[in-house]
Amino acid sequence: MIEEQAKVKQQTRRILNRFGRKRENLIPILQKVQGKLGYFPREAMLEIAEFLDMPEIDVYSVVTFYNQFRLIPPGKHSVRVCLGTACHMKGGYIALDAWKRRLDIDRGQTTLDREFDLETVACVGCCVMAPVTVVDDKPQAKVEPTKVDGILLSFKLEKERQGEESR
Amino acid sequence: MKTISLTIDGKKVTASEGEKVLWAALDNGIYIPNLCALRDASESPAACCLCFVEVEGKSQPVTACTERVEQGMVVNTRSPGALRLARTALELLLASNVVDCAHCPANGSCELQKIAHHLGVKLKTRRFRKLLRELPVDSSSPVFIYDPNKCVLCGRCVWVCRERLGIGVLGFAHRGFERLVTTFADEPIAESRCRECGECVVACPTGALTFKEQ
Repeated sequence: MIEEQAKVKQQTRRILNRFGRKRENLIPILQKVQGKLGYFPREAMLEIAEFLDMPEIDVYSVVTFYNQFRLIPPGKHSVRVCLGTACHMKGGYIALDAWKRRLDIDRGQTTLDREFDLETVACVGCCVMAPVTVVDDKPQAKVEPTKVDGILLSFKLEKERQGEESR
Repeated sequence: MKTISLTIDGKKVTASEGEKVLWAALDNGIYIPNLCALRDASESPAACCLCFVEVEGKSQPVTACTERVEQGMVVNTRSPGALRLARTALELLLASNVVDCAHCPANGSCELQKIAHHLGVKLKTRRFRKLLRELPVDSSSPVFIYDPNKCVLCGRCVWVCRERLGIGVLGFAHRGFERLVTTFADEPIAESRCRECGECVVACPTGALTFKEQ
């Protein structure tokens, strides 16, 4: 655990060294750090606050304000449920509820086995396919609860096949 | 400092140049509702939208905490247009606030009670649907209790902790309806860098921050 914290600090510091100690660099720094770490562990935020000489709550404030920043590690597969206008009308919330129930997590969370994370987005630009869920950058059309089951089953089968191959 | 004269509610008053209308009025015994303004802060965030007044020659009501006094200015704090805005702002605040005065330590000293009385608004507002956040109360500090459900997000405590005292434990986090005054990583006050000075409690206009009974 302590080892992991030290590693996070070191990785964050390496990114910080490329920036000037100016407040306006906060968001570019956050983007680079998340690009490297995938999310914001506590130590990373503390390190950034110290570097920019600002209260740590200000870093936390910006991280919690923008949708693009996350405080929980991402899962291996990303699930993005669209709740844009068209998907909203065509039952985007039913799809979201199905994902929540099947994965047993809320939006913005990651499953305990770190296989899936669940987020919502506002329109991905293919409203004809509504309600849409983008799974690992691939838009899935007309997502009903049964389709959610199908997608999850295919991941499960894929994983089992990989397990057998590696054996 | 040059002093200038202006009229507020028909009363001739004087104020120093560059002063905000809000302080000029309060110094002369004319009450204007306000929550987010602090006298020693250079700029007011104008976030609470309660200090609306009408200034002659301006088509729209203005917030008294950001409007500077001018020579010969005529201010009306009781104009229907300005009061309508202030009332709506207060009702919206009350609609997402726990109103439980009988059990609240701030009962009697609460700014919300004072403002509601001044504006003639009932504390139990009916116009807007009640929407509560039901956040946990933080009583980890040995000195005070923080109940975010009674917070109006005026930011006084944040300003005092950061600008006046230079500590910077408190700040705003999260977005939209979830926005709240909190500490780094939403940790309990006792686990933060808080020095338990209690200045934020003194600054709080509502029952969100209250001293523990000794």
